[in-house]
Amino acid sequence: MLPWYLYAIILQQPKISVVDITIRLVWKGLVLIMIRDITIGQYYPTDSVLHRLDPRVKLTGTLLFIVSLFLFHSFFGYIAVTLFLFSMIKLSQVPFRFIVRGLKAIIILLLFTVLFNLFLTPGEPIFEFGFIDITREGLKSAGFMAIRLIYLIIGSSLMTFTTTPNQLTDGLEKLMHPLHHIKVPVHEIAMMMSIALRFIPILLEETDKIMKAQMARGADFETGGIIKRAKSLIPLLVPLFVSAFRRANDLAMAMEARCYRGGEGRTKMKPLKYSSRDYIGYMVLLVYLAAVIAGRMLENVF
Amino acid sequence: MQIIFDHINYVYSGGTAYERHALKDVSFSIQKGEFIGLIGHTGSGKSTLVQHMNGLVKATSGHIYYNGEDIYAPDYKLRNLRSKVGLVFQYPEHQLFETTVFKDVIFGPNNLGIDKLEAELRAYEALKAVGIGDDLLDASPFELSGGQKRRVAIAGVLAMKPEVLILDEPTAGLDPRGRDDILEQIEKLHEDSKITIILVTHSMEDIANYADRLLVMNHGELVMDQSTKEVFARYKELEEMQLAAPQVTYVMNALNDNGFHVRTDVTTVSEAKEEILKLFHR
Repeated sequence: MLPWYLYAIILQQPKISVVDITIRLVWKGLVLIMIRDITIGQYYPTDSVLHRLDPRVKLTGTLLFIVSLFLFHSFFGYIAVTLFLFSMIKLSQVPFRFIVRGLKAIIILLLFTVLFNLFLTPGEPIFEFGFIDITREGLKSAGFMAIRLIYLIIGSSLMTFTTTPNQLTDGLEKLMHPLHHIKVPVHEIAMMMSIALRFIPILLEETDKIMKAQMARGADFETGGIIKRAKSLIPLLVPLFVSAFRRANDLAMAMEARCYRGGEGRTKMKPLKYSSRDYIGYMVLLVYLAAVIAGRMLENVF
Repeated sequence: MQIIFDHINYVYSGGTAYERHALKDVSFSIQKGEFIGLIGHTGSGKSTLVQHMNGLVKATSGHIYYNGEDIYAPDYKLRNLRSKVGLVFQYPEHQLFETTVFKDVIFGPNNLGIDKLEAELRAYEALKAVGIGDDLLDASPFELSGGQKRRVAIAGVLAMKPEVLILDEPTAGLDPRGRDDILEQIEKLHEDSKITIILVTHSMEDIANYADRLLVMNHGELVMDQSTKEVFARYKELEEMQLAAPQVTYVMNALNDNGFHVRTDVTTVSEAKEEILKLFHR
């Protein structure tokens, strides 16, 4: 998400303190997000096996996958994980270049992690450059961190590529349902999540519109030091908040006018029902779980 | 020529599954002092088009010239362009943010670096021009009525003393009196300061009363660029584009079809009155 020319811009700034750079990067990132056309969740519309699975299966699967990433200490263990991940990628029918795109966002993080682990892990040195050395432990550690990060990103993006945000909230609501017996407001939380998701594109559009309207009056959101730029946000944030509150108020009235009174006794238009496909999915996950546990135990043996 | 659009294309979300070709090969020119109407069905690209005029949106291909200068030239200052081409968005009251009406209107001139006294003078004049009384200058913009808020927002753009004023549906959501007030003020501005006006609207009657020339957009293309009367004479084509002619034009056409010899290129009620009265004098 950080194009090369940003570094050129940063290096030309008068102040170079780390805090300053971080704030500028975050700000630039936010501005880039706001200006670009972004659809939240990166859902890739197609009709694959994964797309047709119940979101609960996918949520459980993703969780299982992420946990399995942190279980192993040898490369051998990651064979099962890799096989699983790549067969899921194949099943999703999402083009590989989309999946790889998600990795661009963490390139910096990845680089830092690898470099830190490579050079700063104590142990048996393999290469030496003056007083900096790369150890065998460093190589292993860097390798594992890299694999974990990359697989983590790919695994979770597969989830969002094959599940719409609304399916996700429905799945979470169904899964969390038992919690309402201990007074957790499951329905209200799920409703809040789906309304928030629904309004993100609307508020992004509103932000864009307000920004353009103020720019048409000569407002400048880009130049100046931190304080100046924070102040320049006022003509953007005040109208945005006013607008958000107004919409919230209107929505509440509209919902009440249609007899909404909370989750009590409320039915769903598209309830989540398991089909045979989903049971097979759970079977596959069980097999994966078994393979993972077996792998872990075998690791201990060797 | 004050504004020239030369083969402008605009594509957004290019390369993704949501790619849209919003403007297709649009070319036209506008002279200083004209009163132009921009009409088209919802989604035809009107708002996108006007946002190109002050450089808020950059075209994917093509050139735009303001007073002979290419606005996409590397050393061209777009901020200067925005002080000369004022754009009032739809529902402009949503951009109000300051603690008092006066401070909100002076926001524009302040951004342009105009000195305090001159900026205050401009803000004061702009508020007078839109009919906001002195008693409201210190009020919070959020306490005003919808019509008042809108006029304050317009004053905010007028205070920058633009050479061109673009208004995107300035009468949307106003009651009939509010609509008449705003349009009369715009016309007065046009007559007094010879400012170039571009009015984007869905009301054929409004545009017939004020605009000399019409640009008609249809699915991203500029399909008609003629005088108001010439465009409305082609009302059958307009209907196919989900537009129409002013009601009074239909009346005159119906009269003509039924044997009453009246001119059919009538677009306003006062012209219709003259034409019909002529019938009785024969």
